[in-house]
Amino acid sequence: MFQIIVTLIIYMALVIPMGIYLYHVATYKKTFADSILNGIDNFIYKVGGVDPKQAMNWKKYLAAVLITNGIMVLLGYIVLRIQSIDFLNPNGIENMEVDLSFNTIISFMTNTNLQHYAGESSLSFLSQMIVITFMMFVSAASGYAVCIAFVRGLVGKTKDNMGNFYSDLIRIITRILLPLSIIVGLMLVWQGVPQNLSATITATTIEGTYQDIASGPVAALESIKHIGTNGGGFFGANSATPFENPTIWSNLIELFSMMLLPGACVIMFGKMASETKNKIKKKESDLCEKRFNFFGKEGKTIFIAMSVLFLIGLAICFFAEMAGNPLLAEAGLSQSMGSMEGKEVRLGVSQSALFTTSTTSFTTGSVNNMHDTLTPFGGFVAMLHMMLNLVFGGKGVGLMNMIIYVLLTVFICGLMIGRTPEYLGKKVEGKEMKLVALCIIIHPLLILGFSALALVSTAGLEGISNGGFHGLSQVLYEFSSSAANNGSGFEGLTDNSVFWNITTGLTMFFARYAAIAMQLAIAGSLMKKQRVNESTGTLKTSSMTFTISLILVIYIFAALTFLPVLCLGPVAEHLVLWN
Amino acid sequence: MKKTIKKIGNVIKQPILVTTILMLICGFIYPMFMTGVASVFFPHQAGGSLIEVNGTIAGSELLGQDFKEDYYMKCRPSAIDYNTYTEQEKESGEYNGVASGSSNLAPTNPDLVARVEEDMKAFLEKNPSVKKEDIPTDLLTASGSGLDPHISPESAMVQLDGLVEESGLTFSELEKIVENNTVNKRFGIFGEATVNVLGVNLEIAKLMGNI
Repeated sequence: MFQIIVTLIIYMALVIPMGIYLYHVATYKKTFADSILNGIDNFIYKVGGVDPKQAMNWKKYLAAVLITNGIMVLLGYIVLRIQSIDFLNPNGIENMEVDLSFNTIISFMTNTNLQHYAGESSLSFLSQMIVITFMMFVSAASGYAVCIAFVRGLVGKTKDNMGNFYSDLIRIITRILLPLSIIVGLMLVWQGVPQNLSATITATTIEGTYQDIASGPVAALESIKHIGTNGGGFFGANSATPFENPTIWSNLIELFSMMLLPGACVIMFGKMASETKNKIKKKESDLCEKRFNFFGKEGKTIFIAMSVLFLIGLAICFFAEMAGNPLLAEAGLSQSMGSMEGKEVRLGVSQSALFTTSTTSFTTGSVNNMHDTLTPFGGFVAMLHMMLNLVFGGKGVGLMNMIIYVLLTVFICGLMIGRTPEYLGKKVEGKEMKLVALCIIIHPLLILGFSALALVSTAGLEGISNGGFHGLSQVLYEFSSSAANNGSGFEGLTDNSVFWNITTGLTMFFARYAAIAMQLAIAGSLMKKQRVNESTGTLKTSSMTFTISLILVIYIFAALTFLPVLCLGPVAEHLVLWN
Repeated sequence: MKKTIKKIGNVIKQPILVTTILMLICGFIYPMFMTGVASVFFPHQAGGSLIEVNGTIAGSELLGQDFKEDYYMKCRPSAIDYNTYTEQEKESGEYNGVASGSSNLAPTNPDLVARVEEDMKAFLEKNPSVKKEDIPTDLLTASGSGLDPHISPESAMVQLDGLVEESGLTFSELEKIVENNTVNKRFGIFGEATVNVLGVNLEIAKLMGNI
């Protein structure tokens, strides 16, 4: 318990400087590393034929995202299909099958990292590096690029310039992801994560039996896996595997790595929003306040709302896991350490509960314990946070989803007290609200629609490995994870079949790109509007009342869409277990 | 026709070039650079923290093993037997390649209770001095990775009486060995107290003269 609190305090100390740095990168302000990195950027621009000054409106920006991601998917798919070639393949891994390759490549391009394969037996080192590690960089960078463009649209300095996608993509990689990955990667190697290119070693144990030890270029993948909130493991058991997460220090490093950038994104947004505001009315009091306010007013509202949701989830998950499993207690096994099935001794219940809540809130999807074996309410929190998909969220997308809910709250509150719905000085009107509604609907539609399909088809039902209410949870979890682009799983599910590969592949694809398209359209539409001056009729979005309304709106919407199905899954299982 | 092809070519030229160069940097140069730097500064860890006994590799500090002999300390249950196998098991296909993970039994799954009850019975038979309620939680629950190298200090202590009988070592010798392989909470705050089972068994083997 105490270690969770200390961990979160250290996180706060890390996230603020990172947010300020991210803000500088996003707004092309000077940073300390410019002298070296400008040279590297210019070289890449030259080779790639990129003109960073070329402005893009939201449609051009979106097209650039889609075409680039499409080409990356194509190249990655080809490599997976021919990975059996004798290059960086010391273990003689075969080519990947068609439907599994489809699922895998969509999964990594959309930053989901749902894995229907086990890395140690299904991927060559070439694929682990040039497909998986590469995708982890570019999918995260694409997400952050879109997020930055979205924020540029909202704070609207110009009428239609959202920036240049290629320049954003490259700068995020060279200035943020790559340097962080190198530092974090080396820290992980120091803790014991392997980084080599040798084949699986067979050890002779002191009993004269044999043990196979799989390793490879793990640390390079492990660092970007968390920094980019990707979550796909080198090995099947992900960050529970000692080679991916050998000590408590490596666990903390991985936790901070995945929590850092999504939190920093909110700070970046807050600073970009208050910058425009201050330009409009240069009141001294405002500037004075800014000096002590790291988040910016609008950023603070969002950061607090996200933190409250996170802490509520964390508390439920922790106490549920500490309570243990009453069926095992009945069988005579002491539950004083909490529910230890599927958890590692070096991490224990505290760090496992913290990791589970974080990985589903920040939509990373790496796991340091097996989620299928979580107690019903532990699994409930994991599922709920993926259904919300805005408790910090991964790679910038969480912030965009949160702002969609902010717009909704502005609209609802505005109607209740008879004020014009405005956000950041722009009127929110019918056109935006239609897109907001669509945006909010697509997520539950994918989760519940496909879950229903799985439950009525034999191909879907065949995947379920645990009977009773938990079986429904397995299906629900798989699609929530796909739609939230999270990637963790109730791994008992036998998911490497044509049915599961294709349905989850489609879910991941639409969840990612349909949402991005609509969100950019909303920002593009708000961007074009005249700024209205704040008046007494304006609903203040930086007040505590608004933060509370925002949290309530989020919970009410989640309850309206997901409560029935959650009652049939984890809640029913809990009641059976504790009967 | 030619014009449209040229137009398409112009549109996709930039993304193709950017993709290619990023693929080279992030997918090849970066992991190769990391491999090089890691092998210079942390050669032991980068290689997998391997343990050598008399010149042959006997395991890794970070991975548990499936110990069968009664005079060795036991790890937690594993769905994959810690990738440990005998020659017959490999030939018969009982061991089918390196893996990781657990059997993912839900808390309500009857197989979970059955497995725990069975393991408990076997453990109590081998350790008659131990009372049922004194068995720590971690010793009979499977880890997430199936490769957990640790057990809790309580789980180590509960095995000692049995080990004294089978190994011929004294209780205080074994207690000392467990202490040597115990790591406590860092700064008294972070993580949990752990005992490395392979480390314990290597010392037992040395004292018994097995290696």
